[in-house]
Amino acid sequence: MNYRRVATVARTDLRQLAQAKDFWVPMGLLGSAFFIVVPTILLLSITTIGDVEVVDQMAQALEVLPESAMAQVANVNPQGQTGYALAVFLFAPVAVIVPLTISTAVGASAIVGERERGTGEFLAHSPASAREIYLGKLLASMIPGYFTVAVGFTAYSVIVNLLVGPDVGGWFFPTREWWIMILWVLPPFLALCLSLVLRLSARVSSTAAAQQASGLVSLPLIMTAYSQATGVLVGGGWVPVAIGGLAWVVAIVSLTRGVRSVTRGRLLGVAGT
Amino acid sequence: MATSPAGAAPAVVAIDRVTKRFGEVDALSALSLAVPEGRITVLLGPNGAGKTTAIRLITGALVPDEGSVSVFGADPGGPDGEGVRMRCGVVSAKPSLYDRLSGMDNLRYAAELYGLGRGPAVDDRVVEAADQFGIAADLEQRVGGYSTGMKTRLALARAVLHRPTLMLLDEPTSGLDPESAVAVLAMVRDMTAEGKTVLMCTHLLLEAERLADQIVVMDNGAHLLSGDPDTLAARFWPHPTVSITTANGFGLDELARVPGVADYQRSGTAAVYQLDVADRIPHLVAALADGGAAIQSVVPFQPSLEDLYFAIRAHHGRGPNDPSEYVAWRRRAPGPESGPEEAPKEQVNR
Repeated sequence: MNYRRVATVARTDLRQLAQAKDFWVPMGLLGSAFFIVVPTILLLSITTIGDVEVVDQMAQALEVLPESAMAQVANVNPQGQTGYALAVFLFAPVAVIVPLTISTAVGASAIVGERERGTGEFLAHSPASAREIYLGKLLASMIPGYFTVAVGFTAYSVIVNLLVGPDVGGWFFPTREWWIMILWVLPPFLALCLSLVLRLSARVSSTAAAQQASGLVSLPLIMTAYSQATGVLVGGGWVPVAIGGLAWVVAIVSLTRGVRSVTRGRLLGVAGT
Repeated sequence: MATSPAGAAPAVVAIDRVTKRFGEVDALSALSLAVPEGRITVLLGPNGAGKTTAIRLITGALVPDEGSVSVFGADPGGPDGEGVRMRCGVVSAKPSLYDRLSGMDNLRYAAELYGLGRGPAVDDRVVEAADQFGIAADLEQRVGGYSTGMKTRLALARAVLHRPTLMLLDEPTSGLDPESAVAVLAMVRDMTAEGKTVLMCTHLLLEAERLADQIVVMDNGAHLLSGDPDTLAARFWPHPTVSITTANGFGLDELARVPGVADYQRSGTAAVYQLDVADRIPHLVAALADGGAAIQSVVPFQPSLEDLYFAIRAHHGRGPNDPSEYVAWRRRAPGPESGPEEAPKEQVNR
């Protein structure tokens, strides 16, 4: 395995992606909407504007949270409790949906796109092994999603602390569970999703078909990741670590099996290979 | 390292009875061929003959279902495949370039994949390779804005970037205007001057004729015949031939009795003579002039690669049953004799 070649394949794909404004502008808007616009509006309406109706509804929602979660905001005012609950628990899926959506969109065309553009022929004749190409494509698909999370998470943290922090006694975000989710739980879910998407990309005949099929594959995975992310944030203790560990095992198995899906014949688009 | 059939040079590529199937279709059927070192070998054949598949097998991009492929003495589809591919430069029928990247970035990408690394020294090599094909001035431009000719030149530059010893060119002039095609063919010729071995696929007989040291005629995935064009032509047309036309056909029949004329065919005011040696032609002309004939034309027949190609195909039951039909259409000379003289059996698969 030549890791320099893996990095080369990934870097070249990312360079092409950077040239594709028609891709990253909508994806940037998607990330901004989920990480910045929607949280800001909601948190502002609760903490600054003091919308009584919303605060009441959220206060009722807080009752379904486990005691451990409630204990974190036991001694703060209702506005602070509601803002905290929104910031820490309600927006958890944001950190999952955005990167999975972006990475799936990139990964779906990773292999079939080479074939459609005719550049698969170049890669097939090159000294790069199928495994190096696969890992390069995996990285190139994973990085945009994770990069969006890194930027979005940072912006989200600042917004949450600025808007909710004063009501709960200072800067409190990211919580331990959010760190675990971002650094430990999200990456294997992303890798698992991409291992499936890249397999599809290697097998289907067009980018359009890859996008369709990837949607079908990634949607249930997004739902699973959504529920697990919520569990991570609400569960506390060893639950987040265990969920992440299990996700890593499944992801590694899936990635190992997925390597076989990329062959030189498939890069060439030759039938029966 | 294997030896080419001619025995003149060691074979860089040896394909031995290779069959490659795609589903129900046999893309290659017991194909055997050898590519001698330092020469230009041209794979000739109609679309679907299996030329591109043969190139893909040579780099290990595909592996054979039956038979064996040896390149530089190694199996390109096996563990040594990376080493083989490092020594190959490939230009495919479509240039296979990344349109969103600049020419420079396309070449840098190849440089890194082929182990040249990055940095100023590599950039110098990139510019040098691009300059070799007249594309250095356009390297900063995005490839999506290149013309077809520029893309082909860039693909050639990319193929030679890592200084390969075996060049595999799959219809490199496809889609080019005549000037660009001629320039590309001249560059291919220059490559052998540098010691490279070239295997080129084409169905354009004229460009093959300009380049080929050896031709391999393929059809339906099988090898029909191979060798250097002159030797193959001599097998199909063993006698030098000349076509002579006189006013009213005067003196033509008498000429058939001149020593050295092996065969003779008369058609109206023209006749075609097959001679023992080409040096007889001035004697024939002198004899006609002495007899008072008004000579209108004297056309020695030099079989072109096109003639040879159709003759080989006809001999193997492809195309027109009688190659003389084709040659008559060209109005140049009679068809070849019934077949090649003493065509070595080991070179003929079917």
